[in-house]
Amino acid sequence: MKEFLQQLQQFIAEPWPWYVAGPLLALVMFILLWFGHEFGISDNFRLMCAADGADRMNEFFKIDWKSGGWNMMVALGAVFGGYLVSHYFLGPQGDIAHISSATVQQLNEMGIPVKEGAVPMVPSFISWESLFTWQGWLIIAGGGFLVGFGARYAGGCTSGHAISGLSALQLPSLIAVIGFFSGGLFMTYVVIPLIFPIK
Amino acid sequence: MRMSRYILVGMLLGFILYKSEAVSWFRIYEMFRFQSFHMYGIIGSAVVSGIIIVQIIKRRHLRNVEGEEIVIRDKNQSIPRYLIGGAIFGMGWSLAGACPAPMFILLGSGHTVFVVYLLAGMTGTYVYGLLRKRLPQ
Repeated sequence: MKEFLQQLQQFIAEPWPWYVAGPLLALVMFILLWFGHEFGISDNFRLMCAADGADRMNEFFKIDWKSGGWNMMVALGAVFGGYLVSHYFLGPQGDIAHISSATVQQLNEMGIPVKEGAVPMVPSFISWESLFTWQGWLIIAGGGFLVGFGARYAGGCTSGHAISGLSALQLPSLIAVIGFFSGGLFMTYVVIPLIFPIK
Repeated sequence: MRMSRYILVGMLLGFILYKSEAVSWFRIYEMFRFQSFHMYGIIGSAVVSGIIIVQIIKRRHLRNVEGEEIVIRDKNQSIPRYLIGGAIFGMGWSLAGACPAPMFILLGSGHTVFVVYLLAGMTGTYVYGLLRKRLPQ
């Protein structure tokens, strides 16, 4: 039994290929529909604003945030999931992102020193130390602000539009995903090359 | 407790996105540079499976745990809202390399700096709430 559990742990700790992750994400969406809810993680930003008192200041936040308790539990579960993976399911290679050699080369040219086969899951410029640089603020706080603003304006994020919305063949979600990519491509090709290297 | 099942769903989500490396800034950068099929495979196979699931739900009139038929509401029709809002979201996604679900997962993995991202995201949502009536919808 113990051996079986160890094998199971090792099996889970292997990197998961896309064709495992994608269908499982659809399963998450289905489980939530079966429980009577629609998959959408970014709504937690609004729920947390409302729970912190914004419901008394602005009508957009006059929502019964307690009815969104299920969604905050999903977010809390994601926190637990992240804890479990990082402590028990990293596998022998460690906390590595297996990106392509073309990307590694590109990053090196841009002044981000990473080595193929040893690219960390989270880059060093996303850390408390990097908040001593303007680039760190732009990436972490600026990125978070744009995500929070844009997700609510567009009525959803990757889970709500790219997965739930496209699965339900919603044209608005396709427009939103086109928006995600136009914004993402602009940042990646125009802005990100300007902010590196971080000195 | 009824709520505990949602914690389990969230944990499953955490495992999927962490083990497939979708939580990584580098994977998002690679996706926007079109240097790997990986992220497109994840989103593409999720959508293909999702379409099949939604079609089965609709044609078989499946019911949820409460015994009510599962209805997926149509989203409101608008172009500027989704395009502009989406582009703003996409800029933040590519900059921080994480959308809201990975942010929660990485917080749990010990990258506590994502608290700053979380607070900034709440601020962004709040500012949207203030400006909402003046923005094209």
